[in-house]
Amino acid sequence: MKIKVLQNILNANDQIACQNQQLLDRNKVLAINIMSSPGAGKTSFILQTIKRLKDKVKIAVIEGDIASTIDADRISEEGLPVVQINTGGACHLDANMLSNALDSLPLENVELLLIENVGNLVCPAEFKIGTHKSMMLLSTPEGNDKPQKYPLMFTESAVIVINKIDLMPLLDFDFTAFQRAVTGLNPGAKIFQVSCKTGDGIQKWVSWLESQLRDH
Amino acid sequence: MHELGVTQAILDIALDKAKAAKAEKITKINLVIGEMSGIVDDCVQFYFDFLSKDSIASGTTLSFKRIPMQVRCRKCGFSFLPDNSLWSCPQCNEWDVEIIAGREFYVDSIEVE
Repeated sequence: MKIKVLQNILNANDQIACQNQQLLDRNKVLAINIMSSPGAGKTSFILQTIKRLKDKVKIAVIEGDIASTIDADRISEEGLPVVQINTGGACHLDANMLSNALDSLPLENVELLLIENVGNLVCPAEFKIGTHKSMMLLSTPEGNDKPQKYPLMFTESAVIVINKIDLMPLLDFDFTAFQRAVTGLNPGAKIFQVSCKTGDGIQKWVSWLESQLRDH
Repeated sequence: MHELGVTQAILDIALDKAKAAKAEKITKINLVIGEMSGIVDDCVQFYFDFLSKDSIASGTTLSFKRIPMQVRCRKCGFSFLPDNSLWSCPQCNEWDVEIIAGREFYVDSIEVE
């Protein structure tokens, strides 16, 4: 006997993601899922954002890594609440991991939650975790052909940040081709160009983030 | 890379539906998986054999229907399969496409006794 099922395999994950978002909404927290390849500069980007916003906005950070607390240690020097999730081999954060991490944060005292996903351009894009916005960071040495190679990452991200623009003169990164591919796939995507090393472009991103916080 | 968790989810869905139908044995699970999901079929079957061994799904065959990635031009509506790095519409040359297939990821049906 054949039984028709038609059920999404990630249904259980998506339900928890939905509960996470409800919990964040009850506490009026704006949560952002930050994704990229390993080494694109997620932690530096979070640090730059914190530096410019921490006197105005109550920020908390969740760090996702396969192992180690190196990133969480860097963030905690800023004196903010930070939770490290070690996925123990898993290549992405899922909704359940975020749910557990949210339990250890003082959410009633948080306005902005920055979540650093595991460095990977494939799996994080497939798993909803319950954030309000997804963003991806691409560093210029990775090349401008990433939208064609990892399309899902670019369709799922509302914000795309190009990091390490200070290296542009040394590289063949074709920004026009990149922008054409991104806006073709995701016409609503917001694109920022920054250098976490020099601080170039960071203020533009932070101003945009502040406008999102006001509207949230 | 995350086949273990996904396989557990597939097994849970199948066991749930089989129980509701009061089935004694699951013989086949038909899955529909888009090309864009990073799932390796053999790997899922390997984990499935391990996870299902003491259940009514033990020995079940997993069937994977793969759906290729397909995009549609937002300007002229032409649908095509993107060829490597060529994402411009072969009809009107615009770079403005939406993904219309390749993201499927569901249990289509189960076969039980």
